[in-house]
Amino acid sequence: MRAIAPAARAGLLRFVTAGSVDDGKSTLIGRLLFDSKGLQADQITALEAASRRRGLTEVDLSLLTDGLLAEREQGITIDVAYRYFATPARKFIIGDSPGHAQYTRNMVTAASTADVAVLLVDARQGLQPQTRRHAYLARWVGIPRMVLAVNKMDLVVDAREAFERIRAQFHRFATGLGFAEVHEIPVSALRGDMVVSRGEALGWYDGLTLLEYLETAPTRHDDLARSRPGGQSRPLRFPVQRVVRVAGGNAQPDSGFEYGEFRGYQGTIASGEAALGDEIVALPAGTRARIAQILTADGELAHASADMAVTLRLDTQIDVSRGDLFAAPETAPEATQDIDAEVCWFDAEPLVASRPYLIKQGCATVRARFASLAHRIDVDSLRLVDGPDTLHMNDIAHVQLRTQRPLAVDPYESNRVTGAFIVIDEATNRTVAAGTVGRGAQG
Amino acid sequence: MLTAIEAKPASRTQRGWSHLDALEAESIFILREIAAECRNVALLFSGGKDSAVVLRLAERAFFPERVPFTLLHVDTEHNFPEVIEFRDRVVRDRGLRLVVRSVGESIRNGRVRLRTPDEPRNPHQSVTLLDAIAEFGFEACIGGARRDEEKARAKERVFSFRDEFGQWDPKNQRPELWSLYNGRVRPGENIRAFPISNWTELDVWQYVRRERIELPSIYFAHEREVVRRGSALVPVTGLTPAREGERVERLSVRFRTVGDITCTAPVASYAGTVDEIVRETERARITERGATRLDDQTNDAAMELRKKEGYF
Ligand SMILES: Nc1nc2c(ncn2[C@@H]2O[C@H](COP(=O)(O)OP(=O)(O)OP(=O)(O)O)[C@@H](O)[C@H]2O)c(=O)[nH]1
Repeated sequence: MRAIAPAARAGLLRFVTAGSVDDGKSTLIGRLLFDSKGLQADQITALEAASRRRGLTEVDLSLLTDGLLAEREQGITIDVAYRYFATPARKFIIGDSPGHAQYTRNMVTAASTADVAVLLVDARQGLQPQTRRHAYLARWVGIPRMVLAVNKMDLVVDAREAFERIRAQFHRFATGLGFAEVHEIPVSALRGDMVVSRGEALGWYDGLTLLEYLETAPTRHDDLARSRPGGQSRPLRFPVQRVVRVAGGNAQPDSGFEYGEFRGYQGTIASGEAALGDEIVALPAGTRARIAQILTADGELAHASADMAVTLRLDTQIDVSRGDLFAAPETAPEATQDIDAEVCWFDAEPLVASRPYLIKQGCATVRARFASLAHRIDVDSLRLVDGPDTLHMNDIAHVQLRTQRPLAVDPYESNRVTGAFIVIDEATNRTVAAGTVGRGAQG
Repeated sequence: MLTAIEAKPASRTQRGWSHLDALEAESIFILREIAAECRNVALLFSGGKDSAVVLRLAERAFFPERVPFTLLHVDTEHNFPEVIEFRDRVVRDRGLRLVVRSVGESIRNGRVRLRTPDEPRNPHQSVTLLDAIAEFGFEACIGGARRDEEKARAKERVFSFRDEFGQWDPKNQRPELWSLYNGRVRPGENIRAFPISNWTELDVWQYVRRERIELPSIYFAHEREVVRRGSALVPVTGLTPAREGERVERLSVRFRTVGDITCTAPVASYAGTVDEIVRETERARITERGATRLDDQTNDAAMELRKKEGYF
């Protein structure tokens, strides 16, 4: 587990907490913040006052994550709350996500940017349908690493036996999902055992505490920076976010670009490296050029790597617009109008398959039809249900999309930027669904 | 804010990918996305530290192009003079376009009615802001709000949709997956975009240090006449005179936020440099709002209610 020293890790880890209602998510987050000194005096005072108002003698850490009025009225979490804390090893962003199935769209909102999912389960109850559902969704949005925190260990008689049983049960379920890593930790959020400190009660467990795991787990950035098995570097993907033209009048003062003309392509490198002189192919057109300049506000770079926001200039004028993709020619994806995808429907209004929708993928927005709905996935049993004729809120399905213009896509498992999209209803402008491109991406 | 290009390591990955690198890259992506997806964008610029950081990020995002946004200050007219002087200098040096619309004007033309003449004007900024959005037809407004500030903010999307009444509907936010932001609006509707959503107060100060961002002098320790009200220090100014029986003290203080003078409190501090403030922030035991805002302490849900009415 500690194969790579923390120093080599990215300085920011995002994780999402999930699990069934009342499994102790709020208490666990409160505990993490409290024990890692992530709470400030006035927050603690407010927490004490809120606990007192409820007639409690001890501080209830779960009250810390109370959010909106409606949430307090109903006593449930509707939307993600983001929380921040730091230890000397790292900074953390927690996406505290709602447990109710009704708010799945908000859970996946938080999960989509997470490096790690922390899934809670009540040691007395074992896996719940909602635990399975969240595990499935975490995998669907491509979180590579999963921690199963088996909580309320203080309430079970034979703690070790209970932990081993749930661990085995979860392993059976999760192997089918394909996480890069699944890690189970017994905890008591209430007492604080194995969260930040080891505590006294769970001496039989000799693995990492939850915080130790989070401090050392690789992030997506770490994964991107590492070459793939076999020493190959990752293929360059650069979605063109913006075409920038500077002609004297609109240059920044003292930028050195006040005279002459400048045309470049702004974007963030989704994977691989861009180096001066490298050849790129601009998709979907397929035209080629070489990188003539890599510019940031700090000056020129010889090369740039994944996650860096840069401006590229090319050696020849080719026709490029927002939404195009620069890729290395030898490893470029096909541009296609037929996309196999796994879609999760969010909107209260079901899909009308005969209507066109908008797809936003990378920086491109195109019109698309749901050409066919292959099958719906029953998330509890992982069984496929054939031939749905529409999609309702929270349905997950394998579909075939036909886009109006070709898109350069990768399978989501190899690139989460070029392999992901959202679906927008043009009539309402709402984000009604999201999808990940399947392995057989090119139709 | 720096204008000169500093020599920095050729590749940020060579010295590790720090949390500031990650936050900066995310913010730049968001700013570029707003510029690409929305027409006619306002960047809310008050002269405070968060808006100064957002402006710096925008300069870095669009370099060498000038920031393609109109700067908008929704002015309470309850200002610290140092902040306004700073605001105007920044705008002048960068050749940017600044529009100022004031709550005072909204009061004078009857769009805002105060209950008492000296009440804080922060909550009334919503009306002035919505009027400015309508006047200029802004499709999007960029704000420097951070999710660590307050619990309603902790729930808000990066691209936050507002209906034709400027209202935020927290129960029905657009799903926001990956970095696929949905900036689509119909005429009259509006996107509030928050590029530094994921930054904390400490991140902001560390970034101010790293980028050597210039800030108004009141952020740094200085001597000032204050009175104590409850746990807060209240600056003694023309707008906020000492009350009967209050003892005026001269203390070394700095501001952690700057806003309406009638509801912004300084903290006792000797931190006169960015380094010292970073160190103090690392050790701070009180949240930014808890220490410095006199207007949100009365009601747990004050911010949520204000946002529903169109506040940033
Ligand atoms: N004994 C014991 N009780 C716990 C533990 N963790 C949480 N609880 C209790 O379990 C109950 C539910 O905990 P919460 O943290 O509110 O649960 P949640 O999962 O956040 O629930 P939602 O916010 O509704 O999704 C509370 O009464 C907690 O005090 C634990 O480790 N041991």
